[in-house]
Amino acid sequence: MTGTAMTAAPAILPLTVREMSYAVGAARLIDDLTFTLEAGPRTIIIGPNGAGKSLLLRLCHGLLKPSSGTVRWAGGAGIDPARCQAMVFQRPVMLRRSVAANVDFALALRKIAKDRRKRRVAEVLAKTGLEDLARRPARVLSFGEQQKLALARAWALEPQVLWLDEPTASLDPAATRAVETIINAIRASGTKIVMTTHDLGQARRLGDEILFLCKGRLIERAGVADFFDHPQNLLSRAFASGDLLW
Amino acid sequence: MTDFGAAFATAFSLIATLDPGLVEIVTLSLRVSLTAVAIATLISLPLGAAVALFRFPGRGGVVILLNAFMGLPPVVVGLVVYLFLSRVGPLGVLGLLFTPAAMIAAQAILITPIIAALTRQVVEDLWEEYSEQMRSLGAGPRQALWALLWDGRFSLFTAVLAGFGRASAEVGAVMMVGGNIDHVTRVMTTTIALEVSKGDLALALGLGVILITLSVGVTGAAFVLRETARRSYAA
Repeated sequence: MTGTAMTAAPAILPLTVREMSYAVGAARLIDDLTFTLEAGPRTIIIGPNGAGKSLLLRLCHGLLKPSSGTVRWAGGAGIDPARCQAMVFQRPVMLRRSVAANVDFALALRKIAKDRRKRRVAEVLAKTGLEDLARRPARVLSFGEQQKLALARAWALEPQVLWLDEPTASLDPAATRAVETIINAIRASGTKIVMTTHDLGQARRLGDEILFLCKGRLIERAGVADFFDHPQNLLSRAFASGDLLW
Repeated sequence: MTDFGAAFATAFSLIATLDPGLVEIVTLSLRVSLTAVAIATLISLPLGAAVALFRFPGRGGVVILLNAFMGLPPVVVGLVVYLFLSRVGPLGVLGLLFTPAAMIAAQAILITPIIAALTRQVVEDLWEEYSEQMRSLGAGPRQALWALLWDGRFSLFTAVLAGFGRASAEVGAVMMVGGNIDHVTRVMTTTIALEVSKGDLALALGLGVILITLSVGVTGAAFVLRETARRSYAA
């Protein structure tokens, strides 16, 4: 697996989001967002609780439908953008089967032949340091190992875009480091990383650009260095310097 | 009291010596109930999972019916099956009344709602946990159905055992559609009912002991299975 397999399919990036809103009742949880995500830079979405970070990922990934506005992928007709993406959630969802079977299940859904699946499972478990656990039931793994498995499962699909929803929120520093290493490896294999985090240090370590959200609105978008060193907005400045916004 | 003691002694000797009459009855009982469970399982697992996963008009009514039918009175099921299979009934030409097949049908009808209702609950809970991840991987309810049945296998086996417990213990339905004919449709429960009315307690007690043992065995198996699942799979 060199990360080039998916490039056989037409590129689905850039992603163009226009005037996207998501409302529940009278509450506009995502409020009129317009932006574009290009292939390449690692995009980190930050913001206080309730800013709409996780919602934004789900809307872009297609798990939720926007109340208004559009989410448009490049790639044109004949390509299913959903098959070129993967997502890792804050709480890893592990099927009640072995580590290897968890990865295999995802590949089987993509209708990949059995012998190819077997090879791909072995490769991706080796890359994520899980090969010795391949036959263990996934749900008895530690939280950190489960998150590594969730990343392995996503990586096996060779997505063009990988959405990560606070993947290290409940992990200790060692596990966080392991997960970050894997994320960088996935990125190096050609996948666009879009991640939410509460950890500003992590945003600096892993990010190339920052989308700063607050109350469902996109407040600022900037390169990592610019955002943290010269935030343009009062809210951004307060957040970047670690102040509590309310 | 001495009669009671003597009956117990005879009962245990019947079991210990594998009395042919007793073995015949136990064998037929297991054949009928296990076949009914197999048929009910084949129908109710996909049915319960489908009700759990798909949204369709009247779904709420189906859920209520399934739950309500968990407590179907066996005599009513017996009566309905009897009417269908009787000579003047719509399936009368099959000539199945008073055969083990009729008993299998009655038991299968009795336990299908039990297994289906329990399956619906198990699968619905699993879907609640899995749905975002499944949809992210590209699996809608249709693709997820078999995966969820597999992932719910431990709980579902318990549901199937519950169905078996109910099938093997009921008497009203099999009595009506089987007719309790010696060497043909006589099963444990109907034999117990008959022998007690005849005053022959020994055979009734012997079969009672076996029924209780089966029941304890089934419950024990369900317990061991759940514990194994919890420890080995965190299921």
